Amino acid sequence: MQLFTCPFCGPRPETEFHFGGDAGNLRPSGDISAVVWSNYLYFRNNSRGITREIWMHLACREVFLMERDTVSHEVVMTETLLPEVEA
Amino acid sequence: MSGWRAGGGWAIDRARPLSFIFDDREVSGFEGDTVASALLAGGASTIARSFKYHRRRGFWGAGTEEPSGIADVCGAQHRPNVQMTVEPARAGMELRSINGNPSAERDRLSFIDHFSRFIPAAFYYKTFMFPDWHLFEPRIRAMAGLGRLDPEARGYATLEPINLHCDVLVIGAGPAGLWEAMIAAEKGRTVVLCDDQRKVGGSLLFRNANIDGEEARAWVAQMLARLRSMGVEVLTGTTAFGRYEHGVTGLAQVQDDGRALRLWRVRSLETVLATGAIERGLPFANNDLPGVMSAEAGLHYLVRYGVAAGQRVIVATNNGSAYETAATLAAAGAEVTLLDMRGGGEEPRDAFRVLAGQRIEAALGRKRVEAVRLATGERLDADTVLVSGGHTPTVHLYCQAQGKLRFEETIQAFVPGGEVAGLRVVGAAAGQYSLRDLLPGITVEVPVEAGGIVAAWPKPGAKGRIWLDLQNDVTAKDVELAARENFISVEHLKRYTTLGMANDQGKTSNLPGLALLAQLTGRGIERTGTTTYRPPFVPVPLATFAGMRGGQLMNPLRRLPLEPEHRSDGALFREYGGWLRPAWYGKGGEHAQAQREALAARNTVGLFDGSPLGKIEVIGPDAAKFLDFIYYNTMSTLKPGRCRYGLMLTESGAVYDDGVLVRLDEDRFVVSCSSSHVQGVDQLLEEWRQDSFDRSRVFIHDATAQFATLTVSGPKSRDLLNAVGLDVALDDEKLPHMGLCWGRFGAEQVRVTRISFTGDRSYELTIRADRATMLWRALKETGRAFDAVLVGSEALMILRAEKGYIVIGKDTDGRTRPMDLGMTAPLAKKRAEYLGRRSLRLRGATDQARDLVGLESLTATPLPAGAHVIAAGVEGRRSIGFVTTSHFSPNLGRPIAMALVKGGARRTGEMVQLYHLGLSLQARIAPLCAYDPEGERLHA
Repeated sequence: MQLFTCPFCGPRPETEFHFGGDAGNLRPSGDISAVVWSNYLYFRNNSRGITREIWMHLACREVFLMERDTVSHEVVMTETLLPEVEA
Repeated sequence: MSGWRAGGGWAIDRARPLSFIFDDREVSGFEGDTVASALLAGGASTIARSFKYHRRRGFWGAGTEEPSGIADVCGAQHRPNVQMTVEPARAGMELRSINGNPSAERDRLSFIDHFSRFIPAAFYYKTFMFPDWHLFEPRIRAMAGLGRLDPEARGYATLEPINLHCDVLVIGAGPAGLWEAMIAAEKGRTVVLCDDQRKVGGSLLFRNANIDGEEARAWVAQMLARLRSMGVEVLTGTTAFGRYEHGVTGLAQVQDDGRALRLWRVRSLETVLATGAIERGLPFANNDLPGVMSAEAGLHYLVRYGVAAGQRVIVATNNGSAYETAATLAAAGAEVTLLDMRGGGEEPRDAFRVLAGQRIEAALGRKRVEAVRLATGERLDADTVLVSGGHTPTVHLYCQAQGKLRFEETIQAFVPGGEVAGLRVVGAAAGQYSLRDLLPGITVEVPVEAGGIVAAWPKPGAKGRIWLDLQNDVTAKDVELAARENFISVEHLKRYTTLGMANDQGKTSNLPGLALLAQLTGRGIERTGTTTYRPPFVPVPLATFAGMRGGQLMNPLRRLPLEPEHRSDGALFREYGGWLRPAWYGKGGEHAQAQREALAARNTVGLFDGSPLGKIEVIGPDAAKFLDFIYYNTMSTLKPGRCRYGLMLTESGAVYDDGVLVRLDEDRFVVSCSSSHVQGVDQLLEEWRQDSFDRSRVFIHDATAQFATLTVSGPKSRDLLNAVGLDVALDDEKLPHMGLCWGRFGAEQVRVTRISFTGDRSYELTIRADRATMLWRALKETGRAFDAVLVGSEALMILRAEKGYIVIGKDTDGRTRPMDLGMTAPLAKKRAEYLGRRSLRLRGATDQARDLVGLESLTATPLPAGAHVIAAGVEGRRSIGFVTTSHFSPNLGRPIAMALVKGGARRTGEMVQLYHLGLSLQARIAPLCAYDPEGERLHA
């Protein structure tokens, strides 16, 4: 069982987390083509190596950014998405 | 008969005899015996049949490496496929051998071995192709397999899993493991030490040595006492079966009764593998005959249990370790001859004969070994052959952690070849076989030093049947066949021949098999490599992982605050979306009671417990803007004090949930989602809040469990509420349909909303969950004067179906869009962005759309729910939809149904064909709402 570090609660077992998708897969807005929309909906990077992902810690309900290695399963870093903390 | 009970045996208590049943005979032993040692002591020889050819099998080993000695524990405490070499003997237990019918001794299928020439490795890939493999499959499957499952029995008692953190986890409590644990504990680290045997000691359970002036067992006992006094957690009967990410090791513990299982998830900063090594066999013809056994196992049985494997024993070896077996057996009174392949060097002993440079060519015998033929052609009589082909370090966990192996010529085995972070391999597992080197600074005297080893791998083209894998009946010829047919990757070899499959995973057979393959391909052993090591190291009963999650704890039910009330009213409970709810009240069966309740509710007043309905509060200045985005419908125009029905979509445009949104205030809403969707909707709201909104201006709070919701529905509902007295005016002016007001019941505030899921005038009363009982009782008691009826979920389903009101997930599926339900206005008019909006205009989704419609049965019998609506086309009959809901309506006196049908909305009044489990019938497409289509009863 992997150990993820919630930026608010510290290291916790993976079962407490919910995967939120690739980081940077922003919801397209405005009058957009079916291709752009489908890419947002269905296409995943599924990359080998370091990936940036959004996760939610179900215990504290905060979503955050996680960088991890899909080959070694090493968690490189986790980071809050709170604007006031970023500033 | 050849095994016998000699003297000694430190683990058994001769004052406490016991007996148990194996196959059709009674076996006696002593407290402390394993099933295997008791069987051997009684002279048992054939204790199982092999998997494929049904050849006789005896014990090979004395621990978890055992490939053959597997049996089912029978009776109420049935456990399949236990290894008899580790299973303690218990008085009164009953065991049944595997693959033997009726018993291992007399097996009806033993004739199969005569046909072995025609069924080599992979024969069934080639043989049963015509006309169809599936024709043969059932019979082959019935013959294959190991133990037989008794589905009725409950042999395992499971305990809750334990998560443990420590500085150092030491796996294996042999000399190396004990030593490592001691060093770590002395440094003040928190240490966990585990071992799969029920006693600590590892090889010192049976090897003779004098350590630090103490006899081996005494030294182990002292070490154990010291470790315990330093707070080391010592887990026996506990196998480390898997190594996982981020430093987790999985341990499977079996309590002393053999039944209670516990999973340990251990996170350690450092893990020390002191897992020892497993002895290999030697390649000679018929080396699978009962009576051929590992030399180390022979020593183990004798020293630990006082059981000598035979009377006339040949010990054959390619290394020095077997000398201790020979000497100890000879001292116990057996006649021992030792064949040392290495030739010369070893001095003749007094106690037993040593023939240097000799090797066995074939074992002879019918039911068990009776003699051996040497390479020189000489025949030697023997009832038992103990062999040692060297030791293979147990590197499974190291390899699971992605460690890379290298082949060490000096011990003819793979050893860890590189660093793995957080993991250290010590002792025999690292190829370090000398006790002196393991325990630095301590005087160690051992009777025999291991000495050198010569390679003794199976040779290509050898005569006779040389067995590699005793469990799966793989011979050297099978490996040669696979190589000839170009299955020269070890992974292909494994799948093609089954070498190293099943529950021992080739602990004894893998290395000889791939050494043979290496010779056949000329690649060398290191380049040939090993198959991938995967967890678990030994079979772990699934019950271990399930832990307490069974029965009611599998998926704990959510319960209503009013459950005791419903029970005393005679409710029958069923699970609905994770909630335990009254299905109907009173005796008389589901159909009759649901019909009665549904009929009465429309005539007088029905009381329904709707407490599981979602009550997720959305609060803040941006709440309205947020809900506009969440819902398909525009919600910001809703006035405070009013309610609105709406749909939530997924981003792919499918209807995810429906329900009523209540606006309490300018910036305060309650999302009343489906009872089974509360967690999902709550999470969805929270995710979008954080993703796309100013999180300081909108908040989500799930208050579902804090409140009970009691529904009062029917023509007399207002009269009943007025009689109960909620301290609020309930006239239609002040509280119209979809309106909200605040009342009181005693001191408690009651939220009164006019929301209807029945189509009748309805009121939902929401009150603190812990104060709901008094209100419910008042409704029931005052309700008597109004002929009020308690309505269960089944009747409510009928009432809502009469109105064509949908249940998400029942009348919709993962591709139902709002337009398919007839809700087209927001798509056409809503300006604001909302979830799933763009998907509703994707062409592919439109092409596949199915409309929700009503269906009329042509008979008095309800249509079968799930029946396909079919259409005849050029490709034959095709399903164009299915019946989602079907009931008999007591208020209409006829069946009603709903169905998702392609193009159904344009076909009202048309006949369609239905097909269900071989039955063809017809139905007419009708409007969704079958009862009171004008909706007058909402205000009646």
